[in-house]
Amino acid sequence: MSDTTPTVQFLSLEGELRPTDAAEEFADRLAELTDDDLRSMYRSMQLARHFDAEASNLQRQGQLALWIPSHGQEAAQVGSAMAARAQDHIFPAYREHVVALVRGVDLYEVLRLLRGETHGGWDPTDPANGNVHGYTLVIGAHSLHAVGYAQGLQLDGVVGTGDLERDAAVLCYFGDGATSQGDVSEALVFAASSQAPTVFFVQNNQWAISVPVRVQSPVPLALRPTGFGIPGVRIDGNDPLASYAVTRSFLDDAREARGPRFIEALTYRLGAHTSSDDPTKYRDPEEYAYWVARDPIVRFEKHLRLLGEGDAFFTDVVAEAEEFADRMRRRILTAGSPDPATMFDHVYAEPHPVMTEQKLWLERYEASYAEGVQ
Amino acid sequence: MVKALNAGLRQALADDDKVLLMGEDIGTLGGVFRVTEGLQAEFGAKRVFDTPLAESGIVGTAIGLAMRGYRPVCEIQFDGFIFPAFDQITTQLAKLTNRAQGAFSLPVVIRVPYGGHIGAVEHHQESPEAYFAHTAGLRLVSPSTPHDAYWMIQEAIRSDDPVMFFEPKSRYWPKGAVDFGGSTTPLHASRVVRQGTDVTLVAHGAMVSVLMQAAEVAQEEGISAEVIDLRSLSPVDYGPIVESVTKTGRLVVAQEASGFVSLGSEIAATVTERAFYSLKSPVLRVSGFDIPFPPAKLEKLHLPDADRVLEAVDRAMAY
Repeated sequence: MSDTTPTVQFLSLEGELRPTDAAEEFADRLAELTDDDLRSMYRSMQLARHFDAEASNLQRQGQLALWIPSHGQEAAQVGSAMAARAQDHIFPAYREHVVALVRGVDLYEVLRLLRGETHGGWDPTDPANGNVHGYTLVIGAHSLHAVGYAQGLQLDGVVGTGDLERDAAVLCYFGDGATSQGDVSEALVFAASSQAPTVFFVQNNQWAISVPVRVQSPVPLALRPTGFGIPGVRIDGNDPLASYAVTRSFLDDAREARGPRFIEALTYRLGAHTSSDDPTKYRDPEEYAYWVARDPIVRFEKHLRLLGEGDAFFTDVVAEAEEFADRMRRRILTAGSPDPATMFDHVYAEPHPVMTEQKLWLERYEASYAEGVQ
Repeated sequence: MVKALNAGLRQALADDDKVLLMGEDIGTLGGVFRVTEGLQAEFGAKRVFDTPLAESGIVGTAIGLAMRGYRPVCEIQFDGFIFPAFDQITTQLAKLTNRAQGAFSLPVVIRVPYGGHIGAVEHHQESPEAYFAHTAGLRLVSPSTPHDAYWMIQEAIRSDDPVMFFEPKSRYWPKGAVDFGGSTTPLHASRVVRQGTDVTLVAHGAMVSVLMQAAEVAQEEGISAEVIDLRSLSPVDYGPIVESVTKTGRLVVAQEASGFVSLGSEIAATVTERAFYSLKSPVLRVSGFDIPFPPAKLEKLHLPDADRVLEAVDRAMAY
């Protein structure tokens, strides 16, 4: 089917500022971005791109159990993450490494998760991690947690007071595949029904492993929330300015008690779904080439150069990104294994007899081998 | 028991303003069993609220509310309708505290009216305890009396862990004394409700009263049965059970649920491990059959009654 859904886009492929008609109503949001913000956007995208490449290599070298690449989706993530205010809460799926980076999470914690050291990584309650909640591997399950959390914000009275620096909202990420999940539909129902301050941010990267979005949704995803009573907008997900402007605007709507919002960011997963995937088996090389030509980092570099940024800046950022990735690799190579006793910790919040017994049993069992060696 | 639960929930709402009640029809209607009757009028629609009709949504949003510091009490309208929420309960609610390495706890209570004997239709009479008892991170409890219902619901809400609160529907209406001012047994303690010397009978929820009937009949036949109410299904409080079996040498575990891979199986195995040399007969299970819950007109054949328990007692005594 032909798809004529209006799309919010500010940057042309050549990096020129050429807003589409759909972008006009969000254009004033760009005025909030300083030159430093723009440089910061570019820097985060490059750091994440280099980190991602390093992590993919580490997986191939057996250092990680699995890797989930973010390659190609940097613009959608960096723009939306920078649009969130400090008090907002982020519920990511599992590919939101750029979001985590922007909000202050040490990406080494993401590596630990995928190395098999923990099931969580960072502490979501530590303010240093920018209110980024844990990754969720069960597709779409977290969309309901996001809505429940947003309902909690309502009950706490930090929605719609008129103070933009205090009122809070929830930004929930998932992919196009997740829109097939019942939980995501239920999340839209609950959000609409309670008017919970939630912005759903769909990174439509075109593929749910090997199933294309057209199989999952015959109508554009941006139209879907309308049926739930939630306004939806499609953006060019490879344009960080579009991602910023619309997310900023929608999060403010949510925090000002105007209800939930939905963003479909059209982007592309240039890499595999995960390191267990092989996209060459199901993707057309021409489609891939089409999206390589829309690489968000290349486009944003062109934009910054048009704004007058010189070679030195780009050289410095790439050097910093290489050093960042290298530091991550060195940290992984010296990582140990978690203490076996931690398996039994935090299974329950309160003391539990089975945990106590089994922890003790394992200690004795291990000790019996140690004695045997002597 | 309905009134006891209502009073317990009212007390919990009054004690802690972070306690919320949520579920289908629990507000103005007061729940299909009227357990929450009057609570919305008393505490307001922000604290006692009707949700859309979506079980995964109920539990999933309760998780988010708990992350924000609330203590949601979800009502799942009937036992057989908990499965749409199964994923949220087992992969999310049970595991998120562990995944976050203890950074937060999830004090969510899920109330599940369960079990047969009410002559209802498909999906309205089931006993899904074992699915949840198998999952680490969840606690499961089930009261058998109004007194326990009043106190256990308050303790479940106070617990920082997720608690599945199984309410035996067939015990909703029988009356019983509640000692509002008295002390209570700890949430996870089992309790000897009848002393005996020849055989130990163990059950939870509605089956406890069936065991009491069986014990009375056995007494007339000269068999002294000790009856233990499990109260907690996960963790199981084995102390009083093992102590009793050490004395009686015989154990019969009874449940409405199907027997295969069930709570009764687990208790039989564990007691055999811990009290093998005290046993004078094999541990016997009295269960529903391993079938889908049958149509209401046949449920009396499926659900164990006092006669089926006595048949097992006789077998145990015959060794």
